[in-house]
Amino acid sequence: MPDSILMPSSAEYFRVLPEIILTLVATLIVFLEAILTDAQKKIYGTLSIVGLGVALVAALVANTDPGHAFNNMLIIDGFASFFRVLVIGIGIVTIFASTDYLAQEKANGGEYYALILYSIVGQCVMVTANELIMVFIGLEISSIASYVLAGYLRDDARNNESALKYFLLGSFATAFLLYGVAWIYGTTGSTNLEQIRTVLSSGMAPSLILTGTAAAMIFVGFGFKVSAAPFQVWAPDVYQGAPSPVSAFLSVGPKAAAFAVMIRVFMTAFGPLAERWAPMVWVCALATMIVGNFAAILQSNIKRMLAYSSIAHAGYVLVAVTAHSDIGGAAAMFYLAAYAFTNLGAFAVVTYFSRKGEKYVTIDDFAGLAQRQPAMAAMLTLFLLSLIGVPLTGGFFGKFYIFKAALDANLYWLAILGLLNSAVAAYYYLRILVVMYMKEPGASMDDLAPAGGALKVAVYASAIGTLVLGIFPGWVLDFASKAALK
Amino acid sequence: MSLLDVVLFLPLIGFFALLLVPKDNPDVIRKASLGISLLVFVASLGLIAPYWFSTPAGYTFTTDHSWISYPPIHYHVGLDGLSLWLVLLSTLLTPIAVLISWKSIDHRVKEFFAFLILLEFGLIGVFVSVDLFLFYVFWEVTLVPMYFLIGIWGHDRRIYAAVKFFLYTMAGSVLMLGAIIYLYNKSGSFDYLVILSQLQSGKLSLGSSVEQWLFLAFFLSFAVKVPLFPLHTWLPDAHVEAPTAGSVMLASVMLKMGTYGLLRFCLTLFPEAARNASPWVATLAIIGIVYGALVALVQPNMKKLVAYSSVSHLGFVVLGIFSFTQQGLDGAVYQMLNHGVSTGALFMLVGYLYERRHSLEISAYGGVATPAPNLAIVALITTLASIGLPMLNNFVGEYLVLQGASQTNFTWVVFAALGVILSACYMLWLYQRTFYGRASESLTHHMYDLTLREWAAILPLLVLMFWMGIFSQSFMPSISAQNASILRQTTKVMAQRQPSIPGAAMPSSPPTVAAAAVEVSNAR
Repeated sequence: MPDSILMPSSAEYFRVLPEIILTLVATLIVFLEAILTDAQKKIYGTLSIVGLGVALVAALVANTDPGHAFNNMLIIDGFASFFRVLVIGIGIVTIFASTDYLAQEKANGGEYYALILYSIVGQCVMVTANELIMVFIGLEISSIASYVLAGYLRDDARNNESALKYFLLGSFATAFLLYGVAWIYGTTGSTNLEQIRTVLSSGMAPSLILTGTAAAMIFVGFGFKVSAAPFQVWAPDVYQGAPSPVSAFLSVGPKAAAFAVMIRVFMTAFGPLAERWAPMVWVCALATMIVGNFAAILQSNIKRMLAYSSIAHAGYVLVAVTAHSDIGGAAAMFYLAAYAFTNLGAFAVVTYFSRKGEKYVTIDDFAGLAQRQPAMAAMLTLFLLSLIGVPLTGGFFGKFYIFKAALDANLYWLAILGLLNSAVAAYYYLRILVVMYMKEPGASMDDLAPAGGALKVAVYASAIGTLVLGIFPGWVLDFASKAALK
Repeated sequence: MSLLDVVLFLPLIGFFALLLVPKDNPDVIRKASLGISLLVFVASLGLIAPYWFSTPAGYTFTTDHSWISYPPIHYHVGLDGLSLWLVLLSTLLTPIAVLISWKSIDHRVKEFFAFLILLEFGLIGVFVSVDLFLFYVFWEVTLVPMYFLIGIWGHDRRIYAAVKFFLYTMAGSVLMLGAIIYLYNKSGSFDYLVILSQLQSGKLSLGSSVEQWLFLAFFLSFAVKVPLFPLHTWLPDAHVEAPTAGSVMLASVMLKMGTYGLLRFCLTLFPEAARNASPWVATLAIIGIVYGALVALVQPNMKKLVAYSSVSHLGFVVLGIFSFTQQGLDGAVYQMLNHGVSTGALFMLVGYLYERRHSLEISAYGGVATPAPNLAIVALITTLASIGLPMLNNFVGEYLVLQGASQTNFTWVVFAALGVILSACYMLWLYQRTFYGRASESLTHHMYDLTLREWAAILPLLVLMFWMGIFSQSFMPSISAQNASILRQTTKVMAQRQPSIPGAAMPSSPPTVAAAAVEVSNAR
């Protein structure tokens, strides 16, 4: 009996325990949906949090015993553990930010929680994938759940538009990815990342042009998921149309996972070709920063502005990818963590503020928030300052590490242009500060009730995360430096 | 933990304490912030102790803790003859800013005073950071409170001014961040002293062109802050729109962040590039001096007039720094302090007038001296100080700058001296139009003389104007010693680079210069 069909050992099951737990909880919620009365459905939130919490612990414990699983299909190393913990953490904050919103929209269905959990399972598979087919499977699990989430409020026209756009463009991009995977299999004879690397570094690859084209197609697939220019056009429409907590989730969870898998595939499998793909990513990084920042300046809808801002931030992470060094990898990891907390927090405040039917989502609606709800305004200020990259916030150290990595890799022009971009970005974030603090409250403040408990947890947890990463960045960075792919 | 840590962190603690005070009790907030800022000031007086009778070399009150293990960022702070006086300037002006905002700030009182105290924390931090990274952090930290001070409590175009202020500074400072990271990548440290010693020992050698780029990155970020012509356009907007306390803090302390950075970092870290750039920088500084003065001459708005006079005065400081002479540097540092005192006082006086008449237009005034004689006397002293009358503070600084610059290039002095003459024109004309003449009915109706609180706020500055003008010796030795060491470091790095010109342009020894300063200030 060949090795390849050996039964997995218990240690291997142990390594994927987080995925197993999340799948079980999600499936349990789907079953409960058929049994429970409306009043009892309140437990979904608690159940999801507990499930995610246990999965988080399992992911941390799994990190103590790193290694491969299921015949080299999956790899659990520091890098994977970092991102697994991150996406599960994102899930927890998202659930906290969602419960009040769902109750207010009278849409507290089990499928919402189940889809979030399934999406996280897909992201966990992505970040642990050690071969291209697993990458694809993880990406599809995550994406299909996200498509449905984007259109969750099915009576809402914007939700439908958002979901349809996301689905059509997403499928198109995934097709590119799959096509690239097929070519890679054709040229190198493998879909395993380490084997592809061996083949490419031995110089036995039949055609550099074919392999390079395949790598480019795979990059297109990932580029879509991380909303890198020129594959970013879906992001503003989707983030604007989707329910706010879902936008929060989409802008950080799938993005972090897609970056993780992009870094793993390009650093591991295509590492030997780094000098060839780095210029492509260079151009893409610059274009993404510029498109994101300059388009964000023009927006009047805060969700749309945050969408463009999230495009710009993808550009900064691509700068780190361009550096293709272990410092760059660690910088990207840190940045994605800092960005996750910051953006979740910002979207959570938007969720709170927009109220039923998302009535108040223009920037001008925020006028005078500082006078009516000073705590929430202060929190949003913190998140915006972190997005600008002001010191003592996580966003600052994220940018700092990324540009340090870029300068280390002699990417002087990219670093300078990126730094100037971050100064441009200050302009549109400041606009929100201006209306919150320097304008008098208008009609949008009349029926603003204090935030609910769960939402407050989401906002304050994000704020603590942002500040901790900004004042004691060493804790996360030490781990990221050790875990970064060489 | 040294006294310096206490002085640095007291405002931060005070800031959080203020946040805890309920906001419906503005008087408690005012008194609390006055108490905090006075406490900080008293504590900061203790910092003078080592400098009063001697001039200790290097940093005193140092604390060096690891903040972030990798990259190695340290909480490394220290005080020397240069930063000492700037810290004192910050701690002195904060309680004054609290006092002058007592009545004029009547809405969102808690936030205002909290931001003011937070600003003090950032300012002190900028002047005492030895770690470059820490310096950058504080540099940015000052930005946020000032942005809110202008944007919330300013005048009509406050939002435009606040955003412009933020963006200008931000655009400059990101380039500095890039340069700091580059220096770290080459040297493996963020510590200014470590980088400096590596440069001097030749362990770290930047090529000429790299040095030029790094110099440019630092220089741009500081030049925006100074502000140097032609990067000055944010300043009139910010000053005119800011509330009085904001203008005072901005002019008196925040602009000094730029000149402090030039002196501390640009000169010593990139000496060759700095020397090569000096004709260009000096030219810009002189353009700033003359241009600022000419624009001030035609301003109908008195706050704008004072703002442009700042552009002119700061030009002197930059000229002094880039003369690369002992006298030039001494004059520049002294002028930084003088400008803080006299322009701070000018902005306060403009604020006093505004509180009475609610107009910044010069044409709305005239004859103020009749209903408010004390106010007129105080304003006269301040005006004369600002012009640079002997026995008053600005004279000492301006003289030293001009003397230092004349050693480097006499043509500079010819043009720069124009600024001195013009400053007499615009300031005296302003004084004449505001305080002399017949007081109109409506003016007399609104005008009242200085109140006790207003006296309390401006008196320390008046005392300093005389003190610094007559007994410059109280301040000069520590400043001179520090400047001599900066010049020594400059030549050391240069000597390392080009052994052919060892000790090039070594200045005259500090004691003679200090003596010259006394002579100058006591002359006439």
